[in-house]
Amino acid sequence: MLRTEEMLLNVGPQHPSTHGVLRLVVKIDGEIIQDAEPVIGYLHRGTEKLAEDLNYTQIIPYTDRMDYLSAMTNNYAICHATETLMELEIPERAEFLRVIVMELNRVASHLVWLGTYLLDIGAMSPFLYCFRDREQILNLFNELCGARLTYNYMRVGGVKWDAPPGWLDKVKEFVKYMRNQMPEYHGLISGNEIFIQRTRGIGIVTQEMAISYGLSGANLRCTGVKWDLRKNQPYSIYDRFDFDVPVGKTGDLYDKYHCRMQEIIESLKIVEQAVEGFPEGGSTMAKVPRVLRVPEGEVYVGIESPRGELGCHIVSKGKDKPWRLKFRRPSFYNLQILPALLKGQNIANLVAILGGIDIVLGEVDC
Amino acid sequence: MDFFVILGPVVLLFIVLGFVTYAIFFERKVIGWIQNRVGPNQVGPWGLLQTVADVLKLLIKEDVIPQKADVSLFKLAPIIAYTPAFAVLAVIPFTESLKFADIAVGLLYYMAVSSITTIGILLGGWASNNKYALLGGMRSAAQMISYEIPLVLSVVGVAMSAGSLNLTEIVKAQQTGVWFVLPQFLGFIVFLIAAIAELSRTPFDLPEAESELVAGYHTEYSGFRFAFFMLAEYTYIFAMASLITLLFFGGWSAPFGLTFIPPLIWFIFKFLFFVFFLFWLRATMPRIRVDQLMEFAWKVLLPLAILNIFLTALFKEIPVLSQFY
Amino acid sequence: MSGQEKEFEKKSTEGKELEQEEKKQTESRSERFPNVPSSSEQSTAEEHKPETRLSIANQESSSNSTDQQQTSINPKKETTPPSGELKQENKEVLPKGPQAAITGKGKPSATPRPRPAAKPVKEEKPLPPSPEQPTLDRYVQLIREQVHEEAVEQGFVNRVNNHLPTLIIQSKWWLAVAELFKKHPDLAFDYVQNYSGVDYETHMEVVIHLYSFTHEKRVCFRIKTDREEARVPSVVHLWHAANWNEREIYDLLGIHFENHPDLKRILLPDHWVGHPLRKDYVPLDKEV
Repeated sequence: MLRTEEMLLNVGPQHPSTHGVLRLVVKIDGEIIQDAEPVIGYLHRGTEKLAEDLNYTQIIPYTDRMDYLSAMTNNYAICHATETLMELEIPERAEFLRVIVMELNRVASHLVWLGTYLLDIGAMSPFLYCFRDREQILNLFNELCGARLTYNYMRVGGVKWDAPPGWLDKVKEFVKYMRNQMPEYHGLISGNEIFIQRTRGIGIVTQEMAISYGLSGANLRCTGVKWDLRKNQPYSIYDRFDFDVPVGKTGDLYDKYHCRMQEIIESLKIVEQAVEGFPEGGSTMAKVPRVLRVPEGEVYVGIESPRGELGCHIVSKGKDKPWRLKFRRPSFYNLQILPALLKGQNIANLVAILGGIDIVLGEVDC
Repeated sequence: MDFFVILGPVVLLFIVLGFVTYAIFFERKVIGWIQNRVGPNQVGPWGLLQTVADVLKLLIKEDVIPQKADVSLFKLAPIIAYTPAFAVLAVIPFTESLKFADIAVGLLYYMAVSSITTIGILLGGWASNNKYALLGGMRSAAQMISYEIPLVLSVVGVAMSAGSLNLTEIVKAQQTGVWFVLPQFLGFIVFLIAAIAELSRTPFDLPEAESELVAGYHTEYSGFRFAFFMLAEYTYIFAMASLITLLFFGGWSAPFGLTFIPPLIWFIFKFLFFVFFLFWLRATMPRIRVDQLMEFAWKVLLPLAILNIFLTALFKEIPVLSQFY
Repeated sequence: MSGQEKEFEKKSTEGKELEQEEKKQTESRSERFPNVPSSSEQSTAEEHKPETRLSIANQESSSNSTDQQQTSINPKKETTPPSGELKQENKEVLPKGPQAAITGKGKPSATPRPRPAAKPVKEEKPLPPSPEQPTLDRYVQLIREQVHEEAVEQGFVNRVNNHLPTLIIQSKWWLAVAELFKKHPDLAFDYVQNYSGVDYETHMEVVIHLYSFTHEKRVCFRIKTDREEARVPSVVHLWHAANWNEREIYDLLGIHFENHPDLKRILLPDHWVGHPLRKDYVPLDKEV
């Protein structure tokens, strides 16, 4: 009998598929993982601490840097929480613009996920196709607010910029374009035998586990729990739109993939409806004072970001700065389950499972 | 004659280097086109000098050897990896007259010598003293040894049909009948898959799986030593594409009586098709997992290869079919 | 709580008139949010007693009221400033503040929501009971019965936050309450929506927002603990999601979670000095 030894493998913080600066200390026996421990904090910038010295409007650009793949939803989280505490009524036009940009951002974020996920699994081309399509969304955002990644678009009480003339038509065109692209993605990926082999039955999460670990977003829905904050705890004007919440059955990676692909379709549906029902005229900004003094109180609101429940917990003492600002970052919650999923898997599955969780390190570390 | 014996290999070396340079360029271009990009287009006309510039950069790079590496093995590994890759080219006949060593067991020689590269890769992975490199080296060894078996068994059918292990004889056997790709279709499929696995190309690129093992066995290599590994990889593409042309596509022989095109051009044409096929595959496929890779070799390819041998032997005895075998 | 806090604030802001003025000003405005327990409660407690103080009122009516309840109510009465004085402050300060629009005292530019809480302060009509009030009462009742009479320090409905039932618990009772809320079939809160900590300068609080998939209910717990000896029992065995969150709270606020399986820093490096989200945190290196 040969003597074998366990080996500690340090995956990250610089590694091609840790999606940023995640570090995993993995104990492996050959290629089989005995134990894995995520080490985070490499991108911790102390957003919550910084926010205590900033007024509410100044915090918004900081939220852009948290989940940099869907900065719009981050913007919305802080604005929505502040507005809830101030009990502000948001103009119709602003709400529609917010919904359009948030859903477009969801599509963009899922496209990045799809591309990088397949890159993790070893397919190179889908990444570039996804980025080609995402580019169109970024161009739309660029036209709207002059930024491609960190938008700083929303304000407490509305949005900063109104849609430029012709912008909505472009959005409509994009929805049509993206609808036509979806069958191509399915043709390239969904039926690929290797892809199915790599994802079917891998990284299975049970419902009990998912709930206990506080998973949200596609990570929770792939287990069959129909939990989408846009439906279950409606915010903004989501209750006016007709869309489905796709759920999976088994909770494996293949279901996660299908959930996210379906979500793209549903988001496009919402965008289409929002563009149809877009109000003529009206302001994009509620009348708010220059210095926002948020009434004393405490509020927690959760919104559905592409990665799950993005919550914002504000404790205000009536000043223009929050007493305590806490973000419930979906990636942070979702990443916790990783060690439980990795036991007994091999290195190739590590990459697939980690990719399937869809984390953004800017958000995990905050 | 002496002149050819001495200078021939040198000329071949330069041809191979030229091929590698432009195979890499072509690969980047093809994958670029598949992926909606333009590919390299800055250095030289149409970017033709891109790889030349890359190689030049590798040559003038600092030679880094990790402090805790096994220095002598670390230096030796790229040489062990590259030498057999070039040595196997000796037995490959490009046309009936253009060949270097016309030995009777050419096919066997190819299979035997090409497996030495595995040792180089394993050594490189081990000597680097890097965990990723070690894992890559281990994967590489496991993969190459596993896939060598179906690879060898799948060509047994060809050898039986041709009645020879000499590659020239095998081509000549196809000139009288049909190309072996038709009667030996099962063998061809097994050979093709096993060949891609031997070359460590997508979807079997596990030893250097970037998303998992950073760069696999050559994680710690840079500069000229890294270039040697790359050179070995692409030289094998050259050799394997030549071999598959010879074994299954009739080598230099012209199809449909199109003999006005010279044999060498036919060879190059068939050869390039296979090279293109590899690039095409790389742009399309995800990567298979290591346990699936092993299962596939032992549970699918090996039985199929044996079945192919059995069928070939059987058909050789059936009167009508025997003319094809 | 509020009484102590008030005293503390007065002490801490002595000599900083500006800041104090601002505080008073915010106090007056926060009358609109009577349901929010804070330093301003004393001014509004009387107005909305049936609403906000219900659980306490229940306690008082029950025969065995204890010292702790007394202490939680008594200081309020002592420190309640004369209402006339407060009103004066209102008149002086409010008009010049830009927040007039928000408070609804001036012309509210944003259309006020039909929510009762948004009504101007001048109206002294008591708010209609929150739709979640029965839920809250049931929770309080259950905790009283199953855990301890004194376990709930305070319970109220956070109206602004979509009528969220909120319960303030002393840390010594928290473990039992958590187990009850996780395991009781009528409660079955199985999902952690949010888990954070707040430094209130007088004390620390751990805030946890729970959701029950079976009953589709939300609840918020605020677990109070001492500031210097911040200790809260860990609930990792009930909700796995608590694990990293408790580490994060420990890391940033220095609250020690008892019986946590692996309580160590998570976001900051292991050798970091101090807990940055504490209000008295001073960076070791000023330049950073």
